[in-house]
Amino acid sequence: MIALGGRISLLVALACCLAGLVAVLRARTRTVPGPGAARWAVGVALAVTAAVALMEAALVGGDFSIRYVASTTNRTTPLLFRVASLWGALEGSLLLWAWVLAALTAWVAVRSRTAAPRLWPGTAGVLLGLCAFFLALLVGPADPFARLPVVPPDGSGLNPLLQNHPLMALHPPVLYLGYVGMAVPYAFAVGSLLAGPDAEEWVAVSRPWILGAWLALTAGLLLGARWSYDVLGWGGYWAWDPVENAALLPWLTATALVHSAMVEVRRGLLRAWTVVLAAVSFLLTLVGTFITRSGVLASVHAFTQSAIGPALLAGLAAATLGTLALLAWRLPGLREEGAVFSVASREALVVFNNVILLAMAATVFVGTVFPLVVEATTGQKVTVGPPFFNTVITPLGLALLALTGAGTVLRWGRSTAADLRRMGHVAAAALAAAVAAAAAGVRGTATVVAVGAVAFTAAAQTVEIARGVRTLQAAGRSLPGALVEVILRHRHRYAGYLVHLGLAVAVAGIVGSQASRLEVHRLVRVGEVVHAGGYALRVDELRAGAYPDRLVVWAPVSVADGGAALAGGREPAPKVVLRPSQNFYRHARTPVPTPAVRSTWREDLYVVLMGFDPGSQTAVLRVVVSPLVSWIWAGGALMIVAGGLALWPPRR
Amino acid sequence: MRRARLILAAAAVAGAVVYLIIGGLRGAVVYYITPSELLGRGPEAAGQTLRLGGQVQPGSRAWNPQTLELRFVLTDGRASIPVRYRGVPPELFAEGVGAVVEGTYGPDGVFLARAVIVKHSEQYAPPSP
Repeated sequence: MIALGGRISLLVALACCLAGLVAVLRARTRTVPGPGAARWAVGVALAVTAAVALMEAALVGGDFSIRYVASTTNRTTPLLFRVASLWGALEGSLLLWAWVLAALTAWVAVRSRTAAPRLWPGTAGVLLGLCAFFLALLVGPADPFARLPVVPPDGSGLNPLLQNHPLMALHPPVLYLGYVGMAVPYAFAVGSLLAGPDAEEWVAVSRPWILGAWLALTAGLLLGARWSYDVLGWGGYWAWDPVENAALLPWLTATALVHSAMVEVRRGLLRAWTVVLAAVSFLLTLVGTFITRSGVLASVHAFTQSAIGPALLAGLAAATLGTLALLAWRLPGLREEGAVFSVASREALVVFNNVILLAMAATVFVGTVFPLVVEATTGQKVTVGPPFFNTVITPLGLALLALTGAGTVLRWGRSTAADLRRMGHVAAAALAAAVAAAAAGVRGTATVVAVGAVAFTAAAQTVEIARGVRTLQAAGRSLPGALVEVILRHRHRYAGYLVHLGLAVAVAGIVGSQASRLEVHRLVRVGEVVHAGGYALRVDELRAGAYPDRLVVWAPVSVADGGAALAGGREPAPKVVLRPSQNFYRHARTPVPTPAVRSTWREDLYVVLMGFDPGSQTAVLRVVVSPLVSWIWAGGALMIVAGGLALWPPRR
Repeated sequence: MRRARLILAAAAVAGAVVYLIIGGLRGAVVYYITPSELLGRGPEAAGQTLRLGGQVQPGSRAWNPQTLELRFVLTDGRASIPVRYRGVPPELFAEGVGAVVEGTYGPDGVFLARAVIVKHSEQYAPPSP
């Protein structure tokens, strides 16, 4: 029943899409667009919502007659992961994708059609066309409601790595929201190109969407990094894996787009460039979907190879060619309105920022697809390792960070002598920080330069925020009151500064954790004390416990200060007891470890139980000590909160 | 004039990036081969950083927890290469699974792995009884 209902919902959604597209084409003959396509768009959203609800009912209810349910859940799967299994494998992910897209399309139809009526026909055509493409995949080669010929007594369950952490429930849908969200600015851009060379209102209409998609991509990347850190047990958070790169690519161009759209609205510059960025960002989300979902590149994410690879590739090729043709036809007609500018201005720095962001995107793209190109041309299989990305991205990233600081200090149009003097002060502070870091024993040119760049950008944001606060303080406000008021009064500007500050903090964390990382593997007896990175660790015992879906073996590890443990004859009091564990899921061949982490602002102590032997009472531990990891999460969280602050709708 | 300077600056950055990318790629490309291809290459393959992919031959896994040394044999059905790795077997490492090792092929015929990567798929077959 559920399977049939789901299939019918998807077919109805596809029919609504096609009807909407017909309505768009017919409305072209009229001057004022009617609500026709908008109504159909709402219909699409409702029908896909019904399909998602039915799929969730099947997953939660354990309807193993549906192949997707049987392959991603079993009787012991906890409720959270039954719900999250919607995005646990290919067909469900595409269903989620189509749902988000349909919902956003309906939102645009209801809210933005009247705000920018000239753009609507092209916008509706793009969004409904995309919906139709993904719905066609869902009723065709990637049918989530496909039935099994024989109903199995139990399902095979989700990959243990995917149900070992609650972030699994959050990371994929947030990332998808960002991916799909990039379709909306693209659709507005296409609507504008079709409407004519003067339809520049698309940027203003798109800005909340651009910011929202950027915010979701940022949050998705951060959650993914955190999931990797908490689950995979290698003590790292980013591996330049093709699927990670696929999410980073649109983030880089979307970051460029956020800034170029600002220049376009403020100064009437970069008009054609902003259109191109919107198009590139959207196309990169399609590239990302293709890389992620076709199994074309070897990845730790190792999604299954599937028949939809060719269909996705065909869709990507069609979208790329269509976009290129449209750009070739319309871009020459776009004229810049503002005058060209001073190099010491925000708009000039945004241009440099865009160049560097695109250079980073080009680097990541080349490194990611290079193996494909080599295999297609020579037949040899190759991989491009992290050294490539680290060598090229590090200098670009540090230059970008420094530009972020400079752009904050400079003005739109032309900066004053006072601005330049302030820049000098900030630069002097950054230089002092770099020298102090080198004197304090920080080694490596790149690391010292990074300390300077981080200090420069953080100082620039702080100085600008402090200037605003001081003006209000002069008017008699208290310090906290002035801080809140200045941020709320010019929400966009100060949210931007706070995002930059968050970026500086996160980069500090990345630099710190990359610059000095200590990793040891040890075989320890229960009761024996081992020393690693200034800590004394002792495995107190080995314990086991049974849960409905798994057996857990854990080793309580008492952690004490290593220096005190060595100096004093008596045993020092443990600071903390960590509980790294191994999880033996039913149906799983091998155990999945859950690392235990002691996180402070200075450094993380990361302990993984790699193996154990109850007979000899021994355990194998992997101990990783990496500095400043928590700064990544703190800085990332600040970026997300500040981005949300900018996105919050204005008071009416 | 300013515009020309900006364009010039952008071109300089683009040139630097192309230079960085090409220079970076030269050192970082790692060839991926199978055990039969590796044997077919003969002695010239020794010393080069490679990625060797195959199946962990059943019965070949030997792990010494005292020295933290892992030994196993990677096979593609036609040829097999013994692998030595210092460290703990990674998650999901088991006999019969597909694995990729990165490292160098020694003149003694043993592949010295710096990293062992296990292939696992999200759709996931229970162990056969």
